[in-house]
Amino acid sequence: MLEIKDLHVKVAGKEILKGIDLLIKPGEVHAVMGPNGSGKTTLAQVLAGRVTYEVTGGQARFEGKDLLAMKPEDRAREGVFMAFQYPVEIPGVSNAYFLKAALNAIRKYHGREEIDAMDFVTLVQDKAKLLGLDETFMKRGLNEGFSGGEKKKNEVFQMAVLEPKLCVLDETDSGLDIDALRVVANGINAMRSPNRAMLVVTHYQRLLDYVVPDFVHVLVDGKIVKSGDADLARNLEKHGYGWILEETPRPPQAARA
Amino acid sequence: MVSKSVLQEQMAKQEYKYGFVSDLDEDKAPKGLNEDIVRLISRKKNEPEWFLEWRLRAYRHWLTMKEPKWSNVTYPPINYQDIIYYAAPKPKKPVNSLEDVDPEIRNLYEKLGIPLIEQERLAGVAVDAVLDSVSVATTFKARLAELGIIFCSFSEAVHEHPDLVRKYLGTVVPFNDNFFAGLNSAVFSDGSFAYVPPGVRCPMELSTYFRINAQDTGQFERTLIIADEGAYVSYLEGCTAPIRDTNQLHAAVVELIALDNAEIKYSTIQNWYPGDKNGKGGIYNFVTKRGKALGVNSKVSWTQVETGSAITWKYPSCILQGDNSVGEFYSVALVNNYQQADTGTKMLHIGKNTRSTIISKGISAGYGRNTYRGRVQIHKGATNSRNYSQCDSLLIGSTCAAFTFPDIQVQEPTAQMEHEASTSKIGEEQLFYCQARGITPEDATNMIVNGFCKQVFLKLPMEFAVEAQKLIGVSLNLEGTVG
Repeated sequence: MLEIKDLHVKVAGKEILKGIDLLIKPGEVHAVMGPNGSGKTTLAQVLAGRVTYEVTGGQARFEGKDLLAMKPEDRAREGVFMAFQYPVEIPGVSNAYFLKAALNAIRKYHGREEIDAMDFVTLVQDKAKLLGLDETFMKRGLNEGFSGGEKKKNEVFQMAVLEPKLCVLDETDSGLDIDALRVVANGINAMRSPNRAMLVVTHYQRLLDYVVPDFVHVLVDGKIVKSGDADLARNLEKHGYGWILEETPRPPQAARA
Repeated sequence: MVSKSVLQEQMAKQEYKYGFVSDLDEDKAPKGLNEDIVRLISRKKNEPEWFLEWRLRAYRHWLTMKEPKWSNVTYPPINYQDIIYYAAPKPKKPVNSLEDVDPEIRNLYEKLGIPLIEQERLAGVAVDAVLDSVSVATTFKARLAELGIIFCSFSEAVHEHPDLVRKYLGTVVPFNDNFFAGLNSAVFSDGSFAYVPPGVRCPMELSTYFRINAQDTGQFERTLIIADEGAYVSYLEGCTAPIRDTNQLHAAVVELIALDNAEIKYSTIQNWYPGDKNGKGGIYNFVTKRGKALGVNSKVSWTQVETGSAITWKYPSCILQGDNSVGEFYSVALVNNYQQADTGTKMLHIGKNTRSTIISKGISAGYGRNTYRGRVQIHKGATNSRNYSQCDSLLIGSTCAAFTFPDIQVQEPTAQMEHEASTSKIGEEQLFYCQARGITPEDATNMIVNGFCKQVFLKLPMEFAVEAQKLIGVSLNLEGTVG
């Protein structure tokens, strides 16, 4: 579904990702872990198409198509969804209005009609229940005055409504208390399916206790230095990132090619 | 920043869809202004002597006045002798009913999206259409008449209801009020008149549609609305003009009078031609609008959506004279390309326990300059009066500008004043967030701007709120620019 080859990315002139290779197949859940500043968020943002992140080399293909050549909105319409670490507020635009606009933009792209107003209400109610959101939530301004937990729930809620093929979750667990973490994790798990893949970017193991990944990759200084299964994440939690850094010293830049 | 290009892309040339010219046979006065022209206009309108006298007094006073220079707008000097002060479509025969209106005019209004007949039958909106200064037809007259409501063109009111006109004309905006009001008083050729009798709640929106068609003409219409004791009326005006290279002058006056327990709600969607993307052409919109909440418990409420005109100079105001009277001003002003707007309100608290609310939303894009100018005065004796003001500015791109000039004068220690102001910019982060959900930056900008304006749009009558939303999108030219 997603194939990343030797991806290099600069932010404000500084190279952050230094050659990422990653293959994600339908139905798989991949976790990317790493210390602060290793490039986790950059990876998520560049897949979603943030213009401030400059791709300087390599490629990313989504279902065979050149993802990096697509505009951000087309990536979303093709089925790539990123749950933001820091969702923005848009005052005066209700959650319902925003979500309907998003859903219809995606439907239109695929040549489908706009969703019927009643169908939309039903759909939204079902998904809202999943995340314990009440009806007033839909009428509030988009993320306007939301707590950290509400914002994260809203991201997963949007994901549930839009039903993307690839879910990229950028530190969705950060800033959540244990109850909210459980709710959000349940929401994510409910989305797992043989046709859908997930890329879970996280600093801590704790989300992965609930959303158990098929693969875990450790990102250090812009490169994936170790890959493994869910046990790798548990080891990281126990021993920190230090042992990996010792085990796999940074290769000199010249050795890359 | 790479993101800048996305924003700039959206600020590309605006398409003004009302820019057509209708080929009507027009009856025009020669260019220029003098007493003879004033007399000519009066004669064309077949006005009584007292009315001509009033015009002449206005004209003579106007000669002593100077064009105001304090506003935050710049434009080349206006040659007042180079303007045609009267232009009327020549009627084939006297207009008695809608069916008699010149088919060309009716086509024109249909292009504008206001088929008069359809509106009369379906929408339940009574429309008075003013084309190049002359009122073309007033719909729904008969039904309103049953309730004793008068809704007609100004010239008709001068003939049919001279007592009302004489009693109220110039009582809110006297001809010596300001330069443009003086000019209007001398040369205005038509406009709308409405009177709602005591205790009557007008069952439909009254509406006037203004259209400048002829070249080199100024439009000087005058509106007078009176809500008698316990009456209620909601009034809406819309305006468009053809695309012309030269600037055209529009100097209107609106006077509202609310007696005891009466309420007037006045909504404007102003979409005069704004000029092209280089700032060539466009309407100079110098307008004086004022309402007098004369009676106890009376209310005057202004809602305006200003998206057109090259220059807007406009301060719909409230004189809160009656005890417990209420004044409101809800405004959205959008400037794009080289448009300049200097708009706001005055709230003059004279009666006891008077209250006023000001919500102003300014949006600036392109090279636009947007100024909010507001004055709140609490006069001595206006005990326990309150004002709440909120002015928010939204900037799109980095070449536009927003200014705020609030002026608060309080002579009464029991007054309560609140003033809030904010300036924000549509950020790359907001746009990217929307894009990451499948929404184009154009649609996202439109959505963000509409969210910003929501407080004001909620005050508009339902069907016009929808129109206002669309208009914002068109004025920012966000439609069809994906690429």
